[in-house]
Amino acid sequence: MWLTRPLQERSTQIFLGVLFSALVVVTFLHLFMPQDSALHVSAYTVTLLGKYLCYALLAVAVDLVWGYLGILSLGHGAFFALGGYAMGMYLMRQIGDRGVYGDPVLPDFMVFLNWQELPWFWHGFDMAWFAFIMVLLAPGLLALVFGFLAFRSRVTGVYLSIITQALTFALMLAFFRNEMGFGGNNGLTDFKDILGFNLRTDATRLGLFIATGIALAIGYVICRGIVTSKLGRVSVACRDAEARTRFLGYRVERVQLFVFVVSAMLAGVAGALYVPQVGIINPSEFSPLFSIEIVVWVALGGRATLYGAVIGAILVNYAKTVFTGIMPDAWLFALGGLFVLVTVFLPKGIAGLLQKRRKAKADDDTTTGQEATV
Amino acid sequence: MSICRSLTLLLIALISLLSLPVMAQEDDPGKALLINLAEAPASKVEEAVNAIVSSGDERARGWLEAYGNNRLSRVKDTGQVVLVLNNRGRDWEIADPLTGEDMGEMSRRELDRVAINNRIRGQLEGILAMLDLNAADPDVREASAQDMMGKVDASLVEPLEARLELEENASVRNRIEEAVAIYRVGEGNLEAVEVLAGSLHPRARAALNEAVRSDNEALAARATKALESIEQKLKLNRAAETLYFGLSLGSVLVLAAIGLAITFGVMGVINMAHGELIMLGAYTTWGMQQLFPGQPGLALILSIPAGFMVAATAGIIIERSVIQYLKGRPLETLLATFGISLILQQLVRTVISPQNRTVVTPDWMSGSLVINDALSLTLNRLYVLAFALIVFAGLMLIMRKTRLGLEVRAVTQNRAMARSMGIRATRVDIMTFALGSGVAGLAGVALSQLTNVGPNLGQNYIIDSFMVVVFGGVGNLWGTLIAGLSLGTINQLLEPWAGAVLAKIIVLVFIILFIQKRPKGLFPQKGRAAEG
Repeated sequence: MWLTRPLQERSTQIFLGVLFSALVVVTFLHLFMPQDSALHVSAYTVTLLGKYLCYALLAVAVDLVWGYLGILSLGHGAFFALGGYAMGMYLMRQIGDRGVYGDPVLPDFMVFLNWQELPWFWHGFDMAWFAFIMVLLAPGLLALVFGFLAFRSRVTGVYLSIITQALTFALMLAFFRNEMGFGGNNGLTDFKDILGFNLRTDATRLGLFIATGIALAIGYVICRGIVTSKLGRVSVACRDAEARTRFLGYRVERVQLFVFVVSAMLAGVAGALYVPQVGIINPSEFSPLFSIEIVVWVALGGRATLYGAVIGAILVNYAKTVFTGIMPDAWLFALGGLFVLVTVFLPKGIAGLLQKRRKAKADDDTTTGQEATV
Repeated sequence: MSICRSLTLLLIALISLLSLPVMAQEDDPGKALLINLAEAPASKVEEAVNAIVSSGDERARGWLEAYGNNRLSRVKDTGQVVLVLNNRGRDWEIADPLTGEDMGEMSRRELDRVAINNRIRGQLEGILAMLDLNAADPDVREASAQDMMGKVDASLVEPLEARLELEENASVRNRIEEAVAIYRVGEGNLEAVEVLAGSLHPRARAALNEAVRSDNEALAARATKALESIEQKLKLNRAAETLYFGLSLGSVLVLAAIGLAITFGVMGVINMAHGELIMLGAYTTWGMQQLFPGQPGLALILSIPAGFMVAATAGIIIERSVIQYLKGRPLETLLATFGISLILQQLVRTVISPQNRTVVTPDWMSGSLVINDALSLTLNRLYVLAFALIVFAGLMLIMRKTRLGLEVRAVTQNRAMARSMGIRATRVDIMTFALGSGVAGLAGVALSQLTNVGPNLGQNYIIDSFMVVVFGGVGNLWGTLIAGLSLGTINQLLEPWAGAVLAKIIVLVFIILFIQKRPKGLFPQKGRAAEG
């Protein structure tokens, strides 16, 4: 079965081993180390790590389309944000009458805007199962429609990158409007609880962290499963020589569409896990800058390796936390420099460095995958 | 007190001595007119005012204005009529109304205000306007006629109609006719309705709207018709205005995108730092204005070459340090230049300021070109529109008629072949990139006149610029021009009913869908170059 095959791979086993031991260690240090111990991991740090893991899942999703399909999406932030909004809507409805205005149905911002009743697209979000389906469905549908149009007319390369950027830019402008019914500028915030657990307690935070870790593991295995399957080989073929693959009789656009939609859904899940941990979702997640940042995480970690994306996402975001804490002005210099240095001097990213050092024969497709220029 | 008084008298005597030659003109008719006004009993005041008006004296306007403002007084002792320049405090500054000479200060107790009644005061505005209508300068006459729109009353109609006979300037005649017609329509005059039917002035519309509601059926019917024709004209004018704003927005887009069309279209380099090169051009304008304080016009003119040079130099540095190593890897170029854009933005924030800088608009660029009552075009946008077209024409010339243009096209079409023909492709790359970047700098200079100059200036234009280039068809300068102008116009057409943000979203979605239909833009490249 395509999903169990990756579990027999050494690289996946190592990745999952490291991930799960990290989860266990953090949980242990958080729960059983005394508060004043140097080794104690505070609830704040747990949430921060949970945030990094969300970003890591997002990066894996981007790596799937960029590394294995050759599509540089500059709009994956849009799928991430849509998943986040779906989750945010559920959390908003969970507030019930505990909001500032105390309206049992309408979220605060709607009362503030003098709306009389819930817009149609807000119905159903009071039920967790419905919201969780929408977390997958909303980004998936957008990717399906957008991808269907784009791949059918063979929009590729730079053009595709630019219109994905336009897509997320348009969505950002749209979500900034109050009339859209998603809280406008302020977005959705002031969440109280999720599935009945209070979001402010440490236990819920730890639970969300572990859930994110598991989601990342599952997402990784799914992606690994796809890229090692026959479909994955065809998708790599599309990346390296699209026309040739088409002439060989493969329906290139279907492969592209499938991988693109899966990737969008993974990004949506990452967004959905991100929102309860940071406590807010607003249109800035749609900003083109964020989407392009994701690509840099992947580039730094190493394209077409999946685990590289995870390393890149965690490293860059850790650096961001450190920099913005010590010298906020320097962060954009550092990020900008990173863009330049990675693309010029580290075209294969950190994973490339690791591989070079090992000089071992790597798995079949990870090395061939990196010869490509897109 | 008496010392003070005698001192003042002495002062007056001294001043009188100094202005002896003027005083010698005892026969100045103005003096008699003013004294006549000052001495007139209430029933004769109107006559006295009319006498001043009909004297044709150039100083009459100043006198009557002062009279209306209670600034005309008589010195009790001498009986001389004086202008009060400043009537605050105990001692008032006065001047001679005949010569305009300063007469120093005088205690207010020495002065006797020339009395005015409310009836005259009410008429005075119209009388003053009539005086302006007699001015030599047609612009003053037109402005005064414009002021009279809707203010004409029974007392003014006849003098106005008399004035109309004498007036030679067509536009002033028009104005006076309209001003009179507004009054006549109120009287129920049918012909006046026809006059107003040609006017776009809001007062004319107000008068007609009133006529529609009147009991006189013939008048109401005519007025309704006239209003309809006015509405038609207004619609046309509004359409013209929208078109103008659309073209103006389009010209901005063209300016921002045309440099990109060269680097992206011709060289295949995706320069995400293009917006920041625009920003550098805008900051150059600001810097030049700091260098030449008080001469914004000169600074702006000098910024055109300076902005070009600054941005072109920055472009060369970017090309040499990063882009040349990423040849043939467009997506990597995209990421690297995006990094450069972040660095440049932060550089401006750190070195200059995160706040917006104000760039002064020179006098000859502010204001607007008035076409008619409903349509006036702001000058700065007109200049930017012209500038965009000039830049475009210049670029076309360079690409079509110069050696550089020829070499660029050769390298674009077939790099290996061009090199074997002896073209130094690397040099061409540098020059092309410098040209594209320099044009971005020019765009920045122009944009500094329309928007805020701040670190985010470039970011706001980069996505739009790419859209324009992609929509127009990569590698095609004409495509960029047409795409920019049409996207700007579409955006402006949508704005009235969709709002600014939604209009922008609609345009973006439209482009996304358009690219699906025609992946290579409006004017796709044909032939071998297209496959490269």
